[in-house]
Amino acid sequence: MKISEDEVRYVAKLAHLELTSEEIKTFTSQLSSILEHMETLNEVSTVDIEPMTRIPDFGEPASLSTPVREDVPRPSIGTERALGNAPDPGEKYFRVPKVIADR
Amino acid sequence: MAQLNPTTFSVSSLRKALSRGEISAREISAAIYEHVDRVDAKYHAFLSFSRKRAEEQAARIDSLPREQRPPLAGIPVALKDNMLLAGYPATCGSQILANYISHYDATVTRKLEAAGALIIGKTNLDEFAMGSSTENSSFFPTLNPNAPDRVPGGSSGGSAVAVATGMVVGALGSDTGGSIRQPAALTGVVGLKPTYGRVSRFGLIAFGSSLDQIGPFGRSVGDVAELLHVIAGHDSNDSTSSPLPVPNFPGALERDIKGLVVGVPWDLLGEGLEVEVKEHITEAIRLLERIGCRIEPVELPHSRYAIDVYYIVAPAEASSNLARFDGVRYGFRSPNVHTLSEMYRQTRERGFGPEVKRRIMLGTYALSAGYYDAYYLKAQKVRTLIARDFQEAFKKVDVVVCPTSPTTAFKLGEKTEDPLSMYLSDVFTITANLAGIPGISLPCGKDQRGLPIGIQFLGQPFDELKMLQLSHAYEQAGGFGIA
Repeated sequence: MKISEDEVRYVAKLAHLELTSEEIKTFTSQLSSILEHMETLNEVSTVDIEPMTRIPDFGEPASLSTPVREDVPRPSIGTERALGNAPDPGEKYFRVPKVIADR
Repeated sequence: MAQLNPTTFSVSSLRKALSRGEISAREISAAIYEHVDRVDAKYHAFLSFSRKRAEEQAARIDSLPREQRPPLAGIPVALKDNMLLAGYPATCGSQILANYISHYDATVTRKLEAAGALIIGKTNLDEFAMGSSTENSSFFPTLNPNAPDRVPGGSSGGSAVAVATGMVVGALGSDTGGSIRQPAALTGVVGLKPTYGRVSRFGLIAFGSSLDQIGPFGRSVGDVAELLHVIAGHDSNDSTSSPLPVPNFPGALERDIKGLVVGVPWDLLGEGLEVEVKEHITEAIRLLERIGCRIEPVELPHSRYAIDVYYIVAPAEASSNLARFDGVRYGFRSPNVHTLSEMYRQTRERGFGPEVKRRIMLGTYALSAGYYDAYYLKAQKVRTLIARDFQEAFKKVDVVVCPTSPTTAFKLGEKTEDPLSMYLSDVFTITANLAGIPGISLPCGKDQRGLPIGIQFLGQPFDELKMLQLSHAYEQAGGFGIA
């Protein structure tokens, strides 16, 4: 399926990417050819087929279950380490630019 | 002390030498870093080193009584740079994490060190593990030691090259669509993707959460079995890791494989496959027959749709996983921005490279309103059919065999302008990720240019052992190990 430059701009907005006009052009053509290739999936009938949500059972159902751990409080990494990689750390918080624009 | 040659090191040879007192862990570490100094300048496998940590670990090993040394004592290993090593960088090959320092160890890191391994450094990768050539690293490409004008494959190209050149005995990679097996094939080493859930992913930076799995590289099946044995098993920090017991992979390798049924999907061995790759695989199948395997044709009719399914599912999951890189809590933040929303957009635009952006765009599109059913849901349904084909095949065969990559190593720059052609090089590896089954690539000879060819075995879920036993028998019979 062909995708238009406007659609690419809309998707970039959803993905929080400030694409350049050159990138919009390139992605429009590249994504179009990738999406066209994907049209072959329409050859496959998927009536009554469940989407895959887990590794299927190959004969040993019990082997494929995953246990849930006890929900008990545990020590976390702490404020200092949590802020250790922050680009603009406050004393006990992450600082960010204004959420609402002035305009 | 005789001159040590790190390219001849193996888990068993080092273990023997250490237990006899012929060598110390500190001498191993020194020999490795000396070798790395000479070799890595040529191939660029590493992004950073953890020398202090490796030396401290070596000193600790040397201070232990010989009989108390753990199974991987003194074994030099490398981690792909998307796995965490506390106090050291984890760049994921991305500018957005260029200055990131890990605050904790990944479970695989912790297990390797508890087993005595020396962590030498962190290896290069395609940015966020997205790619098949390691050219998408935002730092530099890694070169193939068999032909330095060619790619080593990817995304775990750095780990593959570090092992192939003897800079480490083993290394870990991650495999979302072939990122361990394809570089193993293109560089001539052994690489294994375990069953989904076999190895904890705690401390692995996520790409496609229903596909990602950590696994080992080595220069022999034996070394890969040793590493897998150490890293496998349930971890309460990763609820997708399986509680199934872990077999003694290295101890059970030597087994008569007579009568093992090996399935060949002949339909897939046609179009797009290089002639010499096909010849070597056909020859390898004859060898398997000679050593006692029974060869059976199998059909995997939906595998031809695997690339399309994969390049919907993986980008969709990636677009969600990579939403966390927003310039707030860690990583790069774009300067000179006035609002939060502008900060998000500028940070992601400048922090991510072209392939990552392309996949975020593709994934966001596939998940967006109006397209979800046509793309993501459709892909997950076809994925069910791909997995069912394997379920059917494994009713009559023990292991499936096919090439790892349709071609040998391609030239740097050959596929970078055409993302679709790069995606098509994953055709034989991605079905295992989609179905959740284990796969291993091992050397099966070289083409006329001297470029390695990889053969791939695929096994049933949690049956890595049978796959390893067959690989070991094949390696012994074929003599294609690189050591």
